[in-house]
Amino acid sequence: MSSRLTSTVVLPVLLLVAFAAVPFVATALEQPFWISFFARILIYAIAASALNLALGYGGLVSFGHALFMGLGSYAVALPAFHGIANGWVHLGLCVGACGLVAWGVGAISLRTSGMAFIMITLAFAQMGYFALVSLKQYGGDDGLPVAATSSFGGFDLGSTLPLYATALVVLALLTWWMAKLRVAPFGMALRGARQNARRINAIGLEARRLQLVAFVISGATCGVSGLLLANLNAFASPSSLAWTVSGELIVMVVLGGIGTVAGPIVGALVFLGLEEVLKGWTEHWMVIFGPLIVLMALVGRRGIVGLIAQRPKAGRPATPVVASEGGV
Amino acid sequence: MSASLLFVQLLNGLQYGVLLFLLAAGLTLVFGIMSFVNLAHGSLYMVGAYAAALAYAASGSFALAVLAAMGAALAVGLLLEVAIVSRLYRRDHLDHVLATFGLVMLFNELVRLVWGPQPLFVQVPEVLAGTVQLFGFNYPSYRFAIIAVGLLVAIGSYWLINKTRVGMLIRAGAQNPQLVGALGVNIGLLNAMLFGVGAMLAGLAGAMAGPLLSVQSGMGEPVLITTLVVIVIGGIGSVNGALYAALIVGVVDTLGRVLLPLLMRQVAERSVADAAGPALASMLVYLLMALVLALRPQGLFPARRG
Amino acid sequence: MNRNTLRATALAAMLATSSLTGHATTVGFMAPLSGPQALVGQDQYDGFMLAVEQLGGKLGGQATTILKEDDQLKPEVGQQIVRKLIDKDKVDAIVGLSFSNVLMGSLPRLAESGVVAIATNAGPSPIAGASCKANVFSTAWQNDGAAEAMGKFAQDRGIKRVYLMAPNYQAGKDMLAGFKRFYKGEVVDETYTQVNQPDYSAEIAQLQAAKPDAVFVFYPGGMGINFVKQMSQAGLSGKLPLYSVFTVDGTTLPSLGDTAAGAIGAAMYDASLDTPENRKFVAAFEAKYKRTPSLYAAAAYDAANVLDLGLRKAGGDPKKLAAGVKAAGSEFKSVRGPFQFGKNNMPVQNYYAFETVRAGGKVVTKQIGTPLSAHADSYAALCKLP
Repeated sequence: MSSRLTSTVVLPVLLLVAFAAVPFVATALEQPFWISFFARILIYAIAASALNLALGYGGLVSFGHALFMGLGSYAVALPAFHGIANGWVHLGLCVGACGLVAWGVGAISLRTSGMAFIMITLAFAQMGYFALVSLKQYGGDDGLPVAATSSFGGFDLGSTLPLYATALVVLALLTWWMAKLRVAPFGMALRGARQNARRINAIGLEARRLQLVAFVISGATCGVSGLLLANLNAFASPSSLAWTVSGELIVMVVLGGIGTVAGPIVGALVFLGLEEVLKGWTEHWMVIFGPLIVLMALVGRRGIVGLIAQRPKAGRPATPVVASEGGV
Repeated sequence: MSASLLFVQLLNGLQYGVLLFLLAAGLTLVFGIMSFVNLAHGSLYMVGAYAAALAYAASGSFALAVLAAMGAALAVGLLLEVAIVSRLYRRDHLDHVLATFGLVMLFNELVRLVWGPQPLFVQVPEVLAGTVQLFGFNYPSYRFAIIAVGLLVAIGSYWLINKTRVGMLIRAGAQNPQLVGALGVNIGLLNAMLFGVGAMLAGLAGAMAGPLLSVQSGMGEPVLITTLVVIVIGGIGSVNGALYAALIVGVVDTLGRVLLPLLMRQVAERSVADAAGPALASMLVYLLMALVLALRPQGLFPARRG
Repeated sequence: MNRNTLRATALAAMLATSSLTGHATTVGFMAPLSGPQALVGQDQYDGFMLAVEQLGGKLGGQATTILKEDDQLKPEVGQQIVRKLIDKDKVDAIVGLSFSNVLMGSLPRLAESGVVAIATNAGPSPIAGASCKANVFSTAWQNDGAAEAMGKFAQDRGIKRVYLMAPNYQAGKDMLAGFKRFYKGEVVDETYTQVNQPDYSAEIAQLQAAKPDAVFVFYPGGMGINFVKQMSQAGLSGKLPLYSVFTVDGTTLPSLGDTAAGAIGAAMYDASLDTPENRKFVAAFEAKYKRTPSLYAAAAYDAANVLDLGLRKAGGDPKKLAAGVKAAGSEFKSVRGPFQFGKNNMPVQNYYAFETVRAGGKVVTKQIGTPLSAHADSYAALCKLP
């Protein structure tokens, strides 16, 4: 079996099956804590996958994706505060608001590139943070408890098992879609734009428009992860828009394997799992975690999935390294 | 608001801007010439602040404390450059972001591990502990000192960049790094030196800020983000741009914080104004940056590119 | 009796007592142990552990394991920790619960599980009012309390014009509202600054221009240190009376030093309180940790003692623990003076006024009054608990 097939199909499927088994194992062992723990990992995997679309496929280093997670959370908390528990309303508001904001942020940010793009996406996330903190009637800095969790006609995301199932299904669909997108016309053009925007423009495809579309989809999908998070925690807080959260999402994507299909899932799993393990050893776990991230940056960006895909087989040359972000 | 109050607030804005300039000057060169995104610049500022606090407590001499801060920041900066940063120049910005993000985590936790979570207390030096009478206001002498130091550094950096050979190499490097290397200049040494000077300035800023702000783990990040905004507004790679932008940001932020709530009270109900005013004021600087980037992406005072 | 009977009796005795004692007690302690408020978290942990040590490592007479957790002052992290403590570690009680925002974030899970939770640093108005829970207590204060006391004190002193300042988040707004509830003079202005804002030069200039008789602020942790130092640098120390809550306290005083001289604060506790329990507590704390305990340490110390007594009353039955703790509130000896839990499980206690003065080259606090005695909060009426 070729390593391409392994990393694109087998690995994600294996992971999803393993995730599906978790609730059964946890219930058998009478440790329900693990269901909510892994639910959190699923949610971050969704957010990381969404970022992967912009970052991995599109080459857009967005340091502000926490903004969308936060908006998604508030898309649940705000209507719930006013007594609206309808899940469809929450979802519609979430996708609509995040898509709109992503369109605005993207339109302005894509006028720049490189460092300026990173800075401006960071700035927008900060603006979102300050805006939410200023809303006193909605809790402000203290956050807003979710009065009524999303209910899709009787199927309520407030309980852990339905939430877990929903998150898993969303992740599975998203992963499948990302795999398909990778080789679909839009995805190929997008990845082309990342490698060399000038060429893409030259053949008649507008690189910037492609990137904007990708950014909007990425933002809206990331918002969905925020919606799920708000239901899991029954809480929405401005601290989920902190720039450190955006940074952690980037780390997850790169750690797993930037631009790959299974990468974000692996990245979220390893990042959050490692964090939990280290926390058990010492309260100063960041002294170990920080250098690990530095090491990861130094060693190479292929990530874990990239390493798996790169295993040299007899008689087959190694596939070339992903090109760096291109041009204009 | 009276004219004298406005003047005092302008001074406050100037002082804040000068502090930002100290940080922005080093950072913009690193960004512009080495094209390196250094999120750990705030950590170098923190190193300077801690070194100054400890040296001051041990020796009682503020001058010595400042020198210690600059030395410590220089040492740490050079160490980082040689060990990590120099390996990443050829990589793209994502790797820089990741590596320096990890470094920020490490530094914050290390500082907390060694010195604990208690903020360190740095006294204002006796000679600067008084106030100056200004139009009926008492303005702290220490803040005047900061303005003076900042202007000295600005003049010094102007002289360095525009009147010396090293400065010429720096300007050339900002316009075309590869060509400078091709001309036989030891670009590795130049880069290390630049990074070191940037670190030293950050350390100086940390030392000067110590008596004003609490010296504690994580003190670098809020300042870092504003510094990044300054650099983007000023134009990446341009020290002049950093100076003007820093002063603009300092004044806009300070005046915004005092004027916006007052303005809002004219147009909106008191409780709304009290909530929205400070929030808008915090967002003001970011709005300014977004505006600059939307209209003039290369910054307001960019380094002239060939 | 012969050896076999002796053995049998011993075995029977052991079995009998072990069925009484049941499983070992586990208590989760959650506080912000990193970040800008790490001092508060550390003080709380130290206060709590001192009490546990004095009780021989036992709470409720059982050997107890304390699980120490850092919530980093993030509601999301606090939630995960609370879940872990309840679902994975199956703790008997949770103590600490950090600041109001973290506490509110964890409230749904706490309420749902019925596990006894004792907050040692918060008493947000929702929990004091309509969202009160039978298993959630506070041994610290109801958030408005100290500010109300300061307002009353300023009113009693005849201060005519006060300038108010606080950070722009819920607690800041609550503090200023609490102050105004009891202060009837003129409020010159109300300024809200950014949370964790480091530089107050602009606001201090505004303050000077307004020429009030006094200024009342709420700036916890690092914010307080910055503000007071900068006020001093502007030459205002000693010229403009500074009234505050949670700003000049045991944790910030070492960093503030001389700049805090003359500041007046209100709180339910200070190390200078002259009660026998407090003298013993302060002596023990200083001997062990080489620093003076703050009100945060005292709240946590009291929480340990209240929990100990509550566990004894419950006699090993988890369903009786909440009632046990409530009853214990009225019986145990707090270091702050009179104490009991109100109907809404919030403290009913004295609030004292303290002044920071120079004494022998250092700064110390001394008590200058008791503006509010046996003070219950204003939200209790909204609580539906019996």
